[in-house]
Amino acid sequence: MTLEPNIPGAAPLVRLTGITKKFGAVTVLRDVQFECRAHEVHVLAGENGAGKSTLVKILAGLYNDFEGIREINGRVAVIHQELSLIEAMSVADNIFLGRTPARCGFVRQAQQEEAARHWVGQLGLEIDVRQPVENFPVAVRQLIEIAKALSQDARVIVMDEPTSALNAPEVTRLFGLIQSLKERGCAIIYITHKMEEIERIADRITVLRDGQWVGSAPAAELPPAKLIQWMVGRELGEQFPRRAPPLGKERLRLENFSVPPSVKPISFSVRAGEVVGLGGLQGSGASELFFGLFGACGSRTEGTVQLDGETVRFVSPPQAIASGVGLLTNDRKATGLVLSLSVTANATLAGLRQLSPLGWRSPARERAAAEKMTGPMRLRAASLDMEVGALSGGNQQKVALAKWWQTRPRLLLLDEPTRGIDVGAKREIYQLMDEWSAQGIAILLITSEMPELLTLSDRIIVLHRGRVTAELTRAQATPEIVLAAAMGQASA
Amino acid sequence: MNPFTRGKSFLGSAVGRALIALVLVFIAGVIFNADGAFYKIGTHRDTLRQASVYGILACGMTLVIISGGIDLAVGSVVALTAVCAAKMAIHWNWPAWEAVPATLAVGAACGLAAGLVTAVWRVQPFIATLAMMVFARGLAKYASGGMKVSPAIQNADGTYRYVEVPPLFRAIDHRILGDNLSIVTVIFVACAALSWIALSKHRWGRYLYAIGGNEEAARLSGVPVISAKTFAYVASGLLAAVAGLCQAAQEQQGDPEAGAGYELTAIAMVVIGGTNLMGGRGGIGLTLLGVLTIGYLDKILSINAVPEAGRLMLSGIIIVAAVLTQRRSRT
Repeated sequence: MTLEPNIPGAAPLVRLTGITKKFGAVTVLRDVQFECRAHEVHVLAGENGAGKSTLVKILAGLYNDFEGIREINGRVAVIHQELSLIEAMSVADNIFLGRTPARCGFVRQAQQEEAARHWVGQLGLEIDVRQPVENFPVAVRQLIEIAKALSQDARVIVMDEPTSALNAPEVTRLFGLIQSLKERGCAIIYITHKMEEIERIADRITVLRDGQWVGSAPAAELPPAKLIQWMVGRELGEQFPRRAPPLGKERLRLENFSVPPSVKPISFSVRAGEVVGLGGLQGSGASELFFGLFGACGSRTEGTVQLDGETVRFVSPPQAIASGVGLLTNDRKATGLVLSLSVTANATLAGLRQLSPLGWRSPARERAAAEKMTGPMRLRAASLDMEVGALSGGNQQKVALAKWWQTRPRLLLLDEPTRGIDVGAKREIYQLMDEWSAQGIAILLITSEMPELLTLSDRIIVLHRGRVTAELTRAQATPEIVLAAAMGQASA
Repeated sequence: MNPFTRGKSFLGSAVGRALIALVLVFIAGVIFNADGAFYKIGTHRDTLRQASVYGILACGMTLVIISGGIDLAVGSVVALTAVCAAKMAIHWNWPAWEAVPATLAVGAACGLAAGLVTAVWRVQPFIATLAMMVFARGLAKYASGGMKVSPAIQNADGTYRYVEVPPLFRAIDHRILGDNLSIVTVIFVACAALSWIALSKHRWGRYLYAIGGNEEAARLSGVPVISAKTFAYVASGLLAAVAGLCQAAQEQQGDPEAGAGYELTAIAMVVIGGTNLMGGRGGIGLTLLGVLTIGYLDKILSINAVPEAGRLMLSGIIIVAAVLTQRRSRT
């Protein structure tokens, strides 16, 4: 194999120019440019929601309705976080899925296995290609996926957080492989939230922020501090004036609380009336922490939880609800609401026990409760009897929040309370959080929007891969410090 | 624009759709009147009586389907409980106040077992109730010794002695209002009313809708998912026992082969009524319309002497047509 000289001016394998992509009225990418050459590891960096995944989908040809120019020389293979192998099929079948060597419709088994062994061997992997994929650990599956990409003669390989499920030696092995792919003339586009990995393998870095191209630079010219500045350096925009109430006594205390395997033992406390923001990027474990606190992980949690000084252990959501804990999940359609039920039914679902103590439902009481809860939220619904699925995103979110108001919570766990809703609805939800904390409710907040995290939180705890990497007061917190901690750098 | 796709209009609603199907069947009945048989009150009494056992099953099936499940066991449970009822009432001479609760308990136990397997161990409802369907059929054959349990009792020497049909069976197989209404139909209406109350007036009914609509959201809202799902299967088993009692009373015997395929008719009734097989939407009112639609369709075909082969094929076509129109309303 002859190595192509790595001339900076050589034609790139991938060149995207002036890419703009809209979903309905929302612009997720605006005038983005990106190029990647052979023999290069190009890291695509940006916070959650910066537009990385959308860009990758355009690269891979999954989205074709965009503005701008896409030039790709060679095949693109994407290795996702969630692997796309068929677990019950053999390694060889997976590698040649959709292009099985066959004669008259019959699979040429021996030929396929031979070829599969060749590609797997190229990666220094010695496995029985006749075994089903499910027999191998995630690290090997990832390599199988790479072998599949190589066998398709892919020259551009996109890896989306490939190390999220790997241990240290496996990561080292993967990086060795990336090195050899590079030498073969492949272009690697690498997405990660880990600063350490960027420092280890990046040749060039492109930063996206809020769907916009911030810049591209050789890795050597972009030290961590500058990279983080590129990633967060936005105007915080119109600030929401949080009126922090005087803090009450300690409401929640965690001591070495863990939710294996996502959340390692962590300890912190929240006082009544306080809003504590949990910062972190994908895989930080914050959502899993909420599930664990809420009893939704059953008895998988370890450590102690104290609520108002009383040690509690919730192994099911009804216990948590009865003790005054509410959980707003981060996906209202999948886990937050029953879209086929009415506004009233959804808003009263968590508090139905109190509303019908003997089991017999009282439509009038439910209606009154729903009106009382949704009234202050300025819910825009034609009727409280309409199906929640017919409401707009912001109004659905208000219904999901209203549900918890009914249960008179002491502690609210809010996971992405403003995801996918318009600015007006966002402000209204900020307002509600303010009012609730003023009434002494303790709020734990997860948000991937940095301005939201910084303006709403009285205190910020940053998680990285299930561990606390920083605990900051409002005065200490800056976007740079939070992001550096979220990417696994010990706070300065 | 197709007027049937308009969600708001009455004809576009689920009830409207189910009514259209029923009205069409009635019109067919008036047109193919078979020498005025459709205008005789006896025809309607018999239609309702014949539909009642299926209708009772369909009520329980509605609860299960709304929770996102399915209950294939009810046909076998009918056989098992019919055998039990006949054994207790005929052979053992138990009075009604002992035989009826015992029979109901057997049905509820079957539902409980299937419900726990699917709710606690998370076995798919199709599989869990399929297993119960096979098991209950076996149990029915075991309990009856493989023979019909009837007033003709075999003696040790091979001869038969005949006992009287127990008063319980005669009471259920009775007609009231000047011979114009079967008691079985009254029982069906009572079962429908109870199911309606459970679904619409009780907290647990709301739980079933929530679980069928989005089980994870329901769980995270504090809905006792396991208990509520199990409750649906217990209710279905209980109603299957009621149907088994009616079946035994009407046949004056407990047949271990009875009820085969009844679960499919019950499912068809629920689906034609417009209750969504995916769960979360539907109701007993819709199921009642479905029961009447299939019941009358069957009757009209039979009074016009359409052979069973044709009846079955037509029923198949109508189920598909009903489900296709149902799907239009989904947004």
